[in-house]
Amino acid sequence: MTTTIPLELSKKDFVSDQTVRWCPGCGDYAILAQMQKILPEIGVAKEDIVFISGIGCSSRFPYYMNTYGMHSIHGRAPTIASGLAVANPDLSIWVVTGDGDGLSIGGNHLIHAIRRNVNVNILLFNNRIYGLTKGQYSPTSRQGTRTKSSPMGSIEQPLNPLTLALAAEATFVARTMDVDTKHLGEVLKAAAEHKGTSFIEIYQNCVIFNPNEWAGIDDRKTRSDHVVYLEHGKPLVFGKNNDKGIRLNGFKPEVVELGGKFTEADLIVHDESSQELAFILAHMEHPIYPPPMGVIRNVTKQDYSAGLMEQVEAAQKQKGVGDLATLYSAGETWTV
Amino acid sequence: MSDPTTQIVELESVVIRFAGDSGDGMQLTGTQFTNTSAVFGNDISTFPDYPAEIRAPAGTLAGVSGFQVNLSEHDILTPGDSPYVLIAMNPAALKASLPDLQRGGIIIVNTDAFTPANLKKADYDTNPLEDGSLAGYEVHEVPLTTLTRETLKDMETLTTKDKDRCQNFFALGMTFWIFDRELSVSESWLDQKFAKKPELAEANKKALETGYYFGETTEVFRRRFSIRPAALKKGTYRKITGNEALALGLVTGAKKMGKPLFYGSYPITPASDILHNLAPLRNFDVRTFQAEDEIAAMGSVIGAAFGGALAVTGTSGPGVALKGEAMGLAMMLELPMVIINVQRGGPSTGLPTKVEQSDLLQMLYGRNGESPIPVLAPQSPTDAFDIAYEACRLAVHAMTPVAILSDGYLANSSEPWLIPNPDEIADIPVNHPAEREEEDAPFFPYLRNEESLARPWAIPGTRGLEHRVGGLSKAPITGNVSYEPKHHSQMVRERAEKVARLANVIPELKVDGPGEGDLLVVSWGGTFGAVHTAVRRAQAAGFEVSHAHFRYLNPFPKNTEAVLRNFKRILIPELNMGQLAFVLRGTFALDTIITYSKMHGRPFKISELYDKLEELLG
Ligand code: SF4
Repeated sequence: MTTTIPLELSKKDFVSDQTVRWCPGCGDYAILAQMQKILPEIGVAKEDIVFISGIGCSSRFPYYMNTYGMHSIHGRAPTIASGLAVANPDLSIWVVTGDGDGLSIGGNHLIHAIRRNVNVNILLFNNRIYGLTKGQYSPTSRQGTRTKSSPMGSIEQPLNPLTLALAAEATFVARTMDVDTKHLGEVLKAAAEHKGTSFIEIYQNCVIFNPNEWAGIDDRKTRSDHVVYLEHGKPLVFGKNNDKGIRLNGFKPEVVELGGKFTEADLIVHDESSQELAFILAHMEHPIYPPPMGVIRNVTKQDYSAGLMEQVEAAQKQKGVGDLATLYSAGETWTV
Repeated sequence: MSDPTTQIVELESVVIRFAGDSGDGMQLTGTQFTNTSAVFGNDISTFPDYPAEIRAPAGTLAGVSGFQVNLSEHDILTPGDSPYVLIAMNPAALKASLPDLQRGGIIIVNTDAFTPANLKKADYDTNPLEDGSLAGYEVHEVPLTTLTRETLKDMETLTTKDKDRCQNFFALGMTFWIFDRELSVSESWLDQKFAKKPELAEANKKALETGYYFGETTEVFRRRFSIRPAALKKGTYRKITGNEALALGLVTGAKKMGKPLFYGSYPITPASDILHNLAPLRNFDVRTFQAEDEIAAMGSVIGAAFGGALAVTGTSGPGVALKGEAMGLAMMLELPMVIINVQRGGPSTGLPTKVEQSDLLQMLYGRNGESPIPVLAPQSPTDAFDIAYEACRLAVHAMTPVAILSDGYLANSSEPWLIPNPDEIADIPVNHPAEREEEDAPFFPYLRNEESLARPWAIPGTRGLEHRVGGLSKAPITGNVSYEPKHHSQMVRERAEKVARLANVIPELKVDGPGEGDLLVVSWGGTFGAVHTAVRRAQAAGFEVSHAHFRYLNPFPKNTEAVLRNFKRILIPELNMGQLAFVLRGTFALDTIITYSKMHGRPFKISELYDKLEELLG
């Protein structure tokens, strides 16, 4: 680790010399810009930041960041990030993945990285389509999605990235959106602060192959009527005039108008520590519900590397720092 | 000794096999016998042979678990072709082992297990103890179960099942008596093992002792045997298996690099014991990571190598198949790491607990694109220590993944290991580039060392060396993504050349016997012991034949072609269809190679190799 005083960093310090090659209008640009903007503010030296990606449009991300980075192979970024976090637990590691990379070919790794609570921030760019391979349906595509590989509509039921992460006992789960830049920046910062796995679903617009996926919620003017922003300890109020809210009717969330029969006191109060509430919120899917945006769950548990290093320290304390001569002669020996 | 009618016969060496049901504790019994013999000073070589199923149906041939040990007053290199003494705990064990037994050999059977039901399970139509089929062997019938129960009848806290589980120690005690060995090593082992259950320690010790005195008092055994200590090189020894030696070699490599050892692995037979050996070594800063699958294990190793640890994974052939894509990435990233393949019988799930050498081509070529990876192979259980350390050294020297091809035989076989002085093992120099300030010259992640062609190992956390790597084709020096035809071509050639240049820093191929002549026997990996012994025997019998053994399979030692061209004929015995033969023919355009294949899931016997040599030279 470096012992020198950290430099004052600005956004441009995080811009690499490589030309960005996403399609014009792609949602990835906004995410990249926000990332470069918030990194100077998270209090981590630039040399301690690493971006790891798999394969797909989003996975080009590391090349554009002037940090350490690796563009690896399809679906495996969480495994590489896990090894890296174990080798050097002091790094700030960011995994950039997509709905195909992270939930299809790499689904298993995603679950296990989350389950282990490896200290990495996983950004899943969800555009509900395969972009790089030119437009096949993905594991998050809505049933009936017509693509080149599903001309009569996709048959499969989509995965919900948030419920998947929660089922894997994620300690930090959030959702945000490419075009909602301020919110995006805030969520990224919150993820950076969290120790353990931070899982963030980012609604991202693939302007080429799935341009209308987020219709309604991607428009700045109407968005507040279509999503609900979460704040810990605050009731779930939304709408342009803060005139709507979410209450629980039995186990079911229900959208209600405020001012008449219901007041804020009837609404769900967000609690980032509640696994039960997290599942209810994560299941609120567009367009039946306003999808929740922000931190859904945030709890503290020991991260994997910390647990491992604790064992190393305990073993060294108990047995002393390993000595080869002693190790070689363990068990039965005899002298000739 | 007390009995004048018993005669003690001196043997130079003897092969003993303990065989029983997989629940009978035969591996343990064999290990105990071996430990005592090793401490006594014999040279030893052991070979466990057990079924893939943890508990195959009791009493069946599929469930037989065997442990063979060769003891000698000479230097020995294999667990022996054919046992002279067989301890068979049931009919199936007898049936499975009899074909290997030496004519005139000694058989000790547990008669209590020779029930009609057990005979049927072992596919015996008639009882071999009664039908005369064992004529020509010296058979000792011992009612082991009855005797053990009788011995322990006063131990009321134990169930009959507990008592029956002591019968292997009764058999061990008898065997100790026959081979004139002391009980103390096993006794203290039992005390330690059952420290928390003293009544079990007591019961097993009682069975052991009674078994021993049973031999002495009953006159069942007319002959006893003694094998003198071997004249081994002076020093302190321990017994070590190939898997243990790999683990120790890796820990040593990490220490000598001043690095934590990261071992990312998914459980697979016969490699899991490496993980089991490393996991308790947290005080050496060994960071084991049990991954969710083989691919994840390989990925984790790439991440750990990028992060600056000594990164290692261990698996077997099916695991390597899954790791292939990630191994290609590792090769492309040019990061140092070690990939161990403990080969088993293939293809597919194959023979999980048996030996084969059929992953050589997979290891050399089993990836997409031009993807050269250095490959080393230990020649014996103890050599696995040296090979593991050597793999670490070469990985760092050339900034490349290095593969180790061990096998199921080396993994589980044991032999005495002359314990080295760790201070005499050289450090492995690691040069991470230093941090840079903005005004310094730019950092080039693929600027190669002129001699080794290694690129710098710049690790995250180092100021000023931020850089990106990846699996896309890249430009020389900068490592930036590039699809330029000449860049791609240059990088492919540089990576190949880098591996080829390792030939400059590895030892030359040695020839045992004349350096030129009619016949050279070539072997690689775990077949060394059998091949070497067979060639030595042929040489002693007056045949003109030489032997060369490869521990380095990519690159080959520099003098390989010169050595091979000095002989009219080259015989390559392999536990596969001729994979090294294929590579050598192709690499050096040789038409002098004769392959000798065996795919039985078992190691070569010295005798079958000797017969082949006789056939070629006689
Ligand atoms: S294909 Fe879609 S996701 Fe990929 S770069 Fe273009 S717009 Fe972005």
